[in-house]
Parts: sequence; C-alpha cells; structure tokens
Amino acid sequence: MSDTASASGTQPRRRKLFDMLELDTRFLGMIGAFVLLCIVFNIFTDGRFLTARNIFNLTIQTVSVAIMATGMVFVIVTRHIDLSVGAVLAVSSAVMAVTQTVFLPHYLGLGLEHPLIAPLTMLVGLGVGTIIGAFNGWLIGYQGIPAFIVTLGGFLVWRNAGWYMTSGQTIAPLDSTFLLFGGAEGTLGTTASWIIGLLAAVAAIYGIWNARRSKVAHDFPVKPVWAEVAIGAIAVGAILGFIATLNAYLIPSGKLRRIFEARGEVVPEGYSQGHGLPISVLILIVVAVVMTVVARKTRLGKYIFATGGNPDAAELSGINTRFLTVKVFALMGFLAGLSAIVAQARLQAHSNDIGTLDELRVIAAAVIGGTALSGGIGTIYGAILGALIMQSLQSGMGMVGVDTPFQNIVVGGVLVLAVWIDIQYRKRTGG
Amino acid sequence: MTTPLVELRDISIAFGGVQAVDRVTVDLYPGEVVGLLGHNGAGKSTLIKCLSGAYQADSGEIFVDGKKVTINNPRDARAHNIETIYQTLALADNLDAASNLFLGRELTTPLGFVNEAAMEAETRKIMARLNPNFKKFSDPVSALSGGQRQSVAIARAVYFNARILIMDEPTAALGPQETQMVAELIHELKRQGLGIFLIDHDVHQVKTLCDRASVMKNGQLVGTVKVDEVTEDDILGMIILGKQPEKAA
Repeated sequence: MSDTASASGTQPRRRKLFDMLELDTRFLGMIGAFVLLCIVFNIFTDGRFLTARNIFNLTIQTVSVAIMATGMVFVIVTRHIDLSVGAVLAVSSAVMAVTQTVFLPHYLGLGLEHPLIAPLTMLVGLGVGTIIGAFNGWLIGYQGIPAFIVTLGGFLVWRNAGWYMTSGQTIAPLDSTFLLFGGAEGTLGTTASWIIGLLAAVAAIYGIWNARRSKVAHDFPVKPVWAEVAIGAIAVGAILGFIATLNAYLIPSGKLRRIFEARGEVVPEGYSQGHGLPISVLILIVVAVVMTVVARKTRLGKYIFATGGNPDAAELSGINTRFLTVKVFALMGFLAGLSAIVAQARLQAHSNDIGTLDELRVIAAAVIGGTALSGGIGTIYGAILGALIMQSLQSGMGMVGVDTPFQNIVVGGVLVLAVWIDIQYRKRTGG
Repeated sequence: MTTPLVELRDISIAFGGVQAVDRVTVDLYPGEVVGLLGHNGAGKSTLIKCLSGAYQADSGEIFVDGKKVTINNPRDARAHNIETIYQTLALADNLDAASNLFLGRELTTPLGFVNEAAMEAETRKIMARLNPNFKKFSDPVSALSGGQRQSVAIARAVYFNARILIMDEPTAALGPQETQMVAELIHELKRQGLGIFLIDHDVHQVKTLCDRASVMKNGQLVGTVKVDEVTEDDILGMIILGKQPEKAA
C-alpha cells in the first residue's frame, strides 16, 4: 500500500487502470497476505503445508466457521453483533444429537440408521438455530435491547441449555448418513467433483459475460476485453485447480479397504481413489453464492446495507428496520444450525464444548475479511477468506510446532493488526 | 380553490411533557408553496414529520384531497404520494446514487432480483434533468459534494410522482449556485401542480419562493399570511415576537 503512494510518477495512470478494472484492491491485498502465509508455512514445514492432504484438511476445518462468518457479515453490517453463535451451534448440536440417537429411533420407533433420521435431524437442527436467532432478533429489534447484551446472555443460556439437555455427556456414535456432512467421510469422488468444477467454471464465465452484456445494453462504461478475459481465466484456473487438488488427495489404503469390505469386495491391486470435493465444502460454496446474491441482488441485501450505512435514512425510506433485524438474526441462527451439522458430523460426536470460542473466530473472520464494525461495509467472500486465513494461521503454526499459548497470542495479534491495516487503508483511499 | 391538497388539522404532539406542537392547523393547495417559519425548536420540523410519517401525532387529523387519512409510518406517507426531503438528506452514505434514489422501492427483474442496471439507467435520466453536471454514478454518496448529495435527495423525492413535497431547509448546506438550482426546481415543480411545504429560516427566500407562509412559535401557530400582502419585517415580527401583522386579514 505504501508502495503505490510513494511511486508518484506512475501513480495516476496506475490508479486509473485499477479504477477501470474495478478490482477490489483490499481483497487483492488479503489474497496476497494469504499466499504469503502459505508460502512461509510451506517453507518452514519442508513442503508439508501445501500438500493436497493438508489443503483438504484445512478446507474442511474452515467450513463451520466460514458458514457462520457469512451470516456475521450481515449482523455486523447492520451495526449489531452476535456473541451467541458458538452457543447456538452447541444447543443445535445437542438437540440434533438427542434427536438422532434417542428421539427418532426410540420414541418415534424409526430404529437406528433409518434413512429418514439424517434429514429429519437436520431439519430440527436448522429449525432450532433459526428460532433462537429470530428470538434474539425480536429482543433486539422490537424490544430495543442492545444486541451485545442479548447475545451475551444467549452465550450463557444456550450453551448451558444444551449441556442440561445432554446431561453433559458426549453423544456418539451418530447416524452414518449424517456423518457424510462432516468432511472426509462424505466426499463426492473425482468424477462428480470435476463435473461440479466445470459447471462452476461455466457459471463464472457466464456471470462475467452477462454483467458485461447488461452494462453494454445500458451504455455504461465496460472493462477492456483483455481484462475480462484475464479475470475469467484466473477464476476458471482457481476453480479447476482447487478441484484438482482435492481430487489429488487419495483415500488412505486402510480406509479404502474398509469401504470395499463393507461392500463385500476386495481392493484391486494398484487401485487408488481420490477424495474429491467434500459435501461440507459444497455446502459452504452454496452458502457463499446464495449469501452473495442476497447481499447484492435482493431487496433484503440492499436494506441490510442501507440500514448499516444510515439507520435513520433506512427507516425514513419506509424500510421496516425492526423486522429486518429479526430476519438478519434468524438467518444468522439458521447458519449456526447449519454449522452445527457440519461441526458435529466432522467430530463424529456431540460434545459439551462443541463450538467453544466459535463466536470469536467468526467475528474475527468477518472483521479480517473487511467487515467494518461501524456498519454498512462488508463482503461475503472477504469473510470466507478471513476464516481461511485464521484457520491456516492456526493449523500452520501447529504444524511448525509453535506452542498453543503462542498460537493464540499470534492469532490475537493478527486480528488487531488486520484491523489497523484496514483503518490505514481506508484513510488513504477514502473508502 | 375548493379542497386543499392536504390539510393538517389541530395537530398536537408532546415529547416527555414538552408540548412540541400544540393544536396547529395548516393547509396546502395544488401548485402552491407554503413556507413554514419559526425559530429552532418552534415545532415546524416536528409538525411536518407527522405528515411524512416519521412521528405520529398525539391528536389531530390529516386530510389528503379532503379525505381523512392515517399516516403511521413513512410507507403510509409514500402511499399518499407524500415525499420528503429531510434536512439531513437521509441518504445511506455507503450506497451509490441509484441505490439511494430507489431505496425502499427498488426496481426488480421478473425473478425478483434487484435490477441495478435499470436503476442506474433511470438515475442517469433524472439526473440529466436535475443536475447535468452529476457524473459520479458508481461512487458511494459519501464521496459526493453537498450539492450533489442534495440533488440525489431531490431526485428521490420527485422521481416517484410526488403530489405533496416536503422540503426541510433544502438550501441550508448549499452554495449560491446550487441554491439557485433548487429555487428553479421549486418553480418547475409548482408549475407541474405539486404542493410544497418549505421549511426555511431565510425570510427573504420565503418571500421569493412561497405563496403563503405559516409561522410557528413555541409549538403554536402564530398565523398564516400571503407573502405578497406583508413585508419581511412583518414576517420577522411574527417569528420573533409572535404577533400578527396589523394589515393582515
């Protein structure tokens, strides 16, 4: 950032080029920081950090926090905060654990491993999260209690409600279909992953083309064709590269043998199989796309950002800001319920401490991703990248052998540093 | 003229024991500009917020085209074609001009998504009419000058076929040239048959822009006069001393 400011001779032309390309320079900076982080860890771990296996693991570890971080963007953009997401995740997880191991099999008589158990359990979990979120939103929007207080209270209430419900016990084993949503247990395999990757690539190209067509139709200025092509190529390369990496991580031979044995077959000599795209990551991608569309292309999104920018103006424009608060928190609760599915399935158990400190990770991911606590500013993709940076930092330090206390100290320091850089950046660009 | 476009009858509103507006009656006819004058705290903004839906009056009635209406929120006011330009402009600083212009009334595609391109095209059209120098369509309005922000706020009010326009000190933050622009706009809207309530401090401006002036003091109506029949000193006397001009009917 200081480089561009000091290079006064080339600055105006370069600034113009950047404006013309409509690039999010802040996001580019984050990607740069992330790439740097990966390279540094890769050097210090003798090349273990950037293996297909580690990238696969990093991705599935990030999903739960990243899903909630997209919802936290909306919460923070409307000038609120949600300190209860970890607790809501825990209580949703507790309800789902009880539902699938006790309630559905025994009281409803479905029996263990019935095909309806997984879908019903998930519906219940999502419902619990949504209802708690909506209730929080009602207390904040209609009763005027500050979000900080409502969710601080909820932080204690909901985690301990879950504790009471399960008597503090860890609940396992879980339904085997349910476990597919955790990550390594449920992947799509290489062929399906390629198909999804190609579809995503086509969608990306169509999106770029359609945006350009719409601008041309209204005689708005457009980027030069080479820039559009370059951006398209980068997007397609990133999508297919990601899929190739996930496909390259082979299922360990022991696990492969168990899979074949379960089908009554023997693993053929020299046979190998890649993981491919985990279902949980696919869920995150769908959440990211839907949330981005909501933020940019729907009235709800417009109202969320308008309310964050100027709550009085939003109110005077006829927006029902109270009901909007309920919707935003209900959405946050829904996503916490969704994260509970992923987290519980990944850990293959419900435990009392599931989601502990997640509220802080989620808020940190959103803030590192460029969401301003003063409201009105934030992006979904930024929050997801923020979550990825946090997770990479944590697990990279673990691989390098940094002691846990130092890991936490570094993560805390990075959060503050990231916000400081953001403030400096906004000062210079006037954004 | 028979029925007024809008009539506020016996409006009262109190905040925590302070009687901000006390049984005030004002009316407005089509193609007329009525100035609302008074000191800070005289109650003019509060009175007008009962019409724009920001506040609900404790008592009193509002008539539009002679029919009694209930205005509980800004949406109700808009449904009666009442548009307001607030002193604070009420713009969301983080959004661009088009998003602000259509805030709460976005254009949508058949699938229900916000149609950004159509909104920007419409914004370009109306801005070409109101303020041809306006070029910053993709910047957030926080990056605009006072006059440009004002034109976004005005565009928002006039775009949706307002019949009753409320302007709360529209020129307070503007330079001479931009003030002139607003004055011309008011004449133009008047010709189109809109009724305008103009809240202002500047007695000279009220004399030139308005047909009638209603003066408030301490929450009460001092009186309503035709500006052609009184002098600036008469109006100042009403504002400062709360006394009726002698020759007024």
